[in-house]
Amino acid sequence: MDSKEIGGGLSGADLLREIERLRAEKEELESRIHLLEAQIKPRGTAEKDKSGSCSLSSLSCPQMNGTTLSGLSPEMIHRYSRHLLLPDFGVEGQLKLSKSSILVVGAGGLGSPVAMYLAACGVGCLGIVDNDIVELNNLHRQIIHTEAYVGQSKVKSAASSCHAINSSVKLVEHREALQAVNALDIVSKYDIVVDATDNLPSRYMISDCCVLLDKPLVCGAALGLEGQLTVYNYNGGPCYRCLFPTPPPSAACQRCSDSGVLGVVPGVIGCLQALEAIKVASAVGEPLSGRMLLFDALSSRTRTVKIRGRSPVCSICGENAAFTREKFQSFDYESFTQSPMSDRSSEKLNLIPESSRITSKEYNEIVNAGEPHILVDVRPVHHFKIAAIPKSKNIPLSNLEDKLSTIDSALKQAAQDSGKCASLFVVCRRGNDSQRAVDYLSKNGFPLAKDIVGGLQSWSQFVDRTFPSY
Amino acid sequence: MHLTLEFGGGLELLCQSTKIHSVDVKPKPGQDKLTMRDLLVWVKSNLIKERPEMFIKGDSVRPGVLVLINDCDWELCGSLDTELEEKDNVVFISTLHGG
Repeated sequence: MDSKEIGGGLSGADLLREIERLRAEKEELESRIHLLEAQIKPRGTAEKDKSGSCSLSSLSCPQMNGTTLSGLSPEMIHRYSRHLLLPDFGVEGQLKLSKSSILVVGAGGLGSPVAMYLAACGVGCLGIVDNDIVELNNLHRQIIHTEAYVGQSKVKSAASSCHAINSSVKLVEHREALQAVNALDIVSKYDIVVDATDNLPSRYMISDCCVLLDKPLVCGAALGLEGQLTVYNYNGGPCYRCLFPTPPPSAACQRCSDSGVLGVVPGVIGCLQALEAIKVASAVGEPLSGRMLLFDALSSRTRTVKIRGRSPVCSICGENAAFTREKFQSFDYESFTQSPMSDRSSEKLNLIPESSRITSKEYNEIVNAGEPHILVDVRPVHHFKIAAIPKSKNIPLSNLEDKLSTIDSALKQAAQDSGKCASLFVVCRRGNDSQRAVDYLSKNGFPLAKDIVGGLQSWSQFVDRTFPSY
Repeated sequence: MHLTLEFGGGLELLCQSTKIHSVDVKPKPGQDKLTMRDLLVWVKSNLIKERPEMFIKGDSVRPGVLVLINDCDWELCGSLDTELEEKDNVVFISTLHGG
């Protein structure tokens, strides 16, 4: 190092460049020291860790048998050679990546490509947190899981896939739901957080936690045929609450389990989340902070828009924010957002009296006894096309108002055919819309209409096990 | 004034599932400027066919809706008071939470 050069006669820009160069040099020296230290310590201890620690003090390359000038082992150079050949990424990028620890929250549609790419690209430590088990109807989009793992922990399944891709990455399995009570403890062990969850309260909770612990947050979301992506709490950029200080009404929160999602859409967003996490970890490029990427699969359009910066009046990251760790831990995110911390619908409507309801078994007895009736299925048309009870008549709830005369004439026809009075039953997927329909019908000329409790889900569970559930 | 309005993130369901609307909106009588405040009123009465509370709250959009004027968050250009110009592109997008 030539000390004469430093300071004397250099412009501000030159000085900054020199500082940058020296920092890189320092980093490289440090990583070489680490590698040499790793050779002294006992080997083969850091492969898979369930203790929850993700310390990288002994670097994650247990099979190391020689160092090079770059600070990467020959095996790492071979494995990551295509990264190293990138002038914008190179050895520095790979070294930074190998020293970073990243937490992926959610091992679902978004988390699948995130975890797979982060493992493949050689992050130092990869944590995965989720409490779900793998279900068959996850597999069309959650490509990290395989049929063999249906019924087992998503985290276990994801970690096993990641280990199969790159056994040199340290994997930490958190088989629990990330909640306000455990989030500080878990998140504090990582450098970067990826939000790959599927619900609104988790999104607020993770963002608040990242503000408290000063961690960059790569946040992605997907539903139907659209996706959204941005990086929060990075380099003075906004947090989730700067953008959305007030949660939306719960009726505006659609879920994949209700509205559907094309499998590849979270895949696209998840890949982009992995990319942003890699950029932040390796300090390469311009992470998507202060901007948001919007993806519309149907029209093959992506747009990147400029969003507001950090809000000085934000209740979490603003200048006078009084949000503490204690407040965070006792904050009720589910009641704040009026939504459950899961993708599942928790709605159990109790709109109409018991006397206006029958169980699926009772309805089955009516069918078997040949009692005259009509069954109106109030699901949307595309639901009806999936599966329906034979002879049921599809009148979507949104059209019910215009179809009262159709119901009336169907009832009269049934009565005429049997010579007896015909009953009116209503069914839907889970038994909520059918109550809304019966409520409406009872006030509009059909006082004896009844709904089937629990809808087709209950029919499939208690009457016809072969009836498909979706 | 000719504008392109786009609805996304589920908001298109409130306007008969059409995402892109090419529209002509006139300023209020006696005024020569059209603001976002005026446009929201116009959208509510001309494009929103159902559940207006899923789009509007008070005189603004409901929480959870991002408004982008020419690909820029409206918070950066004056929110409700932004004056619109010929051929502006206004996007209303509901934030997604799924994954």
